[in-house]
Amino acid sequence: MKTEGYSSQEHYDEMFTKEGAIRPHYREFYQFLSKVSSKKMNQLQFSANKTQKAMGMTFNVYHDNQGLEKILHLDIIPRILPNSEWKKLEAGLKQRVHALNLFLQDVYNDQKILKDKVVPPELILNSKDYLKPCMGLTPPKGIWCHITGTDLVRDKDGEYYILEDNLRCPSGVSYMLESREIIKRAYPQLFNDEGVMPVSDYPAKLLKMLQFLSDKPKPVVGVLTPGIYNSAYFEHSYLALQMGVELVNGVDLLVKDKKVYMQTTKGLEQIDVIYRRIDDAFIDPLTFNPKSMLGVPGIFEAYKAGNVAFANAPGTGVADDKAVYAYVPRIIKYYLGEEPILHNVPTYLCREENDRKYVLDHIDQLVVKETNAAGGYGMLIGPKSTKEEHGRFKKLISENPENYIAQPTLSLSTVPCLTENGIAGRHVDLRPYILYGKEIEVIPGALTRVALKEGSLVVNSSQGGGSKDTWVLYN
Amino acid sequence: MLSRVASHIYWLGRYLERAENYARFIDVNFNLMQDLPQDLKEQWEPLVAATGDLELYLKKYQGYERHQVMYFLTFDGENPNSMLSSVNKARENARIIRENLSKETWEKVNELYYMLQTGMEKKVWKKEDPRQFFEMVKNQILLLYGLADSTVARTEGWYFRQLGQLLERADKTSRILDVKYHILLPSPIEVGSPLDFLHWMALLKSVTGFNTYRRLYGNIDPSGIVEFLVLNKYFPRSIYYCLKEAERCLHCISGSSSEGFKNSAEKSIGELRSRLEYSDVDDIISVGLHEYLDTLQLKINHISDLIDSTYFRLKDNFIT
Repeated sequence: MKTEGYSSQEHYDEMFTKEGAIRPHYREFYQFLSKVSSKKMNQLQFSANKTQKAMGMTFNVYHDNQGLEKILHLDIIPRILPNSEWKKLEAGLKQRVHALNLFLQDVYNDQKILKDKVVPPELILNSKDYLKPCMGLTPPKGIWCHITGTDLVRDKDGEYYILEDNLRCPSGVSYMLESREIIKRAYPQLFNDEGVMPVSDYPAKLLKMLQFLSDKPKPVVGVLTPGIYNSAYFEHSYLALQMGVELVNGVDLLVKDKKVYMQTTKGLEQIDVIYRRIDDAFIDPLTFNPKSMLGVPGIFEAYKAGNVAFANAPGTGVADDKAVYAYVPRIIKYYLGEEPILHNVPTYLCREENDRKYVLDHIDQLVVKETNAAGGYGMLIGPKSTKEEHGRFKKLISENPENYIAQPTLSLSTVPCLTENGIAGRHVDLRPYILYGKEIEVIPGALTRVALKEGSLVVNSSQGGGSKDTWVLYN
Repeated sequence: MLSRVASHIYWLGRYLERAENYARFIDVNFNLMQDLPQDLKEQWEPLVAATGDLELYLKKYQGYERHQVMYFLTFDGENPNSMLSSVNKARENARIIRENLSKETWEKVNELYYMLQTGMEKKVWKKEDPRQFFEMVKNQILLLYGLADSTVARTEGWYFRQLGQLLERADKTSRILDVKYHILLPSPIEVGSPLDFLHWMALLKSVTGFNTYRRLYGNIDPSGIVEFLVLNKYFPRSIYYCLKEAERCLHCISGSSSEGFKNSAEKSIGELRSRLEYSDVDDIISVGLHEYLDTLQLKINHISDLIDSTYFRLKDNFIT
């Protein structure tokens, strides 16, 4: 299949250098690609999507009347990472998660970092994600963020930048796992030749980490889901299936004497560790949102009594607020005395006057984000928006400066994708997964999200994004 | 096993069996119609009557034109028991408890769902002979049963699905038999006529029981067929057989011995099973076939309610 005319000048391309040469870690794949016909590639693509549909690899889109379930398009050209690059990412992510965990433990207990004014106290204490009921609490084994899905992007200079920390309930790991299975079938030989590090033991590692949170010899573990209408329901059931644990809804659980039980056909059975995929605010209507129909009344008391462990711990949201993000380099230095290995994207805090002024004056060059929104909603991409939209966001920022941050527009790196018009570059990000149990471990793989539309920078699945299998090479 | 999960597995079993039986309903009627003398009109009303959804049908439609009835029974999403509705609900139940199913099972259920979607797009109910499609649906469901049979561990989940399947099958066999009651012969003189004979034969074929019946009973005669489908001890679609097996499932679930009962569901099904065990076909005829089947259906519904209250009902978790 031809790659002539592929443009790699404007952005950092993962496969080609600016001069159009093949990067070394893509050499084998390029050889394969140059020998295979475009018809064959299209066939592989077709059968990959067909398999996705047969497997029911769906996510739900809210407010979409074309039916609830959609397939996340999987592009069959892999995104490949050389081991040397991975080593640095791995070290940087471990450092970051380690520091953020210490930060969480601190802000809910001694608050040293706030007293030392490294992070402004009001930023934390007034945050709606700072859960007062968690004050004075140390979760089992002192771990707050058990599962992290950090978003990174690569700018023009080829450098990786952390975009978001995602410490709450990061999703997408099932796509990483299932995509790998599909892509393995597409390139059986190439896979052997390349030497790709496996990701398939993720569910086993996840289970081990969850079991580690309880002191019982054989703890009962469950995945708590809001139900089939949640956008990530496929993933919840997939992970429960792969770990061989129960997938529970709020209605399945009840609390008695500060212990949590599942309602089974044989009566009540105690549950020890809950991998919860519902938001903090919905866990317990008695402690948090009283209108929650998803949670379990009294479960927070059971948690406080140490009779049940949650992954992730309630309250982690305060550390992945987009405003707190700006302080993470300082947080790393404060707790670990180290320089951050991975860079932050320079961030302007609209809460600070100088920054705000700069943002309002340069809004057409910046990406403005709401500090508490996820999924690419509540976001303005300055250079790609109209004057009216600029005006609307200026007004929003002036009314509610604490709610907004701004960052320069990064030019996300591109990877070749199979499109209707042959092979063309599309922008991608990178979401590796980090587990924090007995030790911190970064899974050698990632979810690579692709903005399928030409030139688009929005990779979110809910807004026309697709995905790619991500290969981390042994060498 | 979680009560909620058990309930979804039970209903998965029921809806799959329901969909399969609706495919059989259509088949039986097609077979019957083809054998009718030319001056006799097609009869589709009995089919609707036998499914128990006549009231809903009359609310929506007038007359019993073939395509209309066929649509109502197969692809009408507003009919909660149509084949489409059953398959949708089977898949929904499977999706909810996907972590409890093998990957293959889920994928076959998913395939079945897309099969129906395609059938809907192609408007198969309007085809001159749509039986091939229904055959395909039936085969897909049989494939699922085969898959389960050779891969699913015989633990609680297996027995709950079997339980759902068997109770549904008992109900549907009674309804298939009832179709014959609803089909009117041109005149009473025709009872026992070649036409009557053809009806019974078609009916047996629709439950894949024709050859077995021949071997066990020989001549086609109404009382033999009623005995075969209601009371036979060995035919896996006979009502007695289904109830006996369903009772066994309940005992396996509760871990009780094969005698007596541990809960109201076991008590009720044991009573019904033994009633059938010690009946002969004259007991049925003397009550009247239709009346007898009607009572039977009510009792099966009651057993399903008892299973629900014994195993599936969740306590409100606000009461601690």
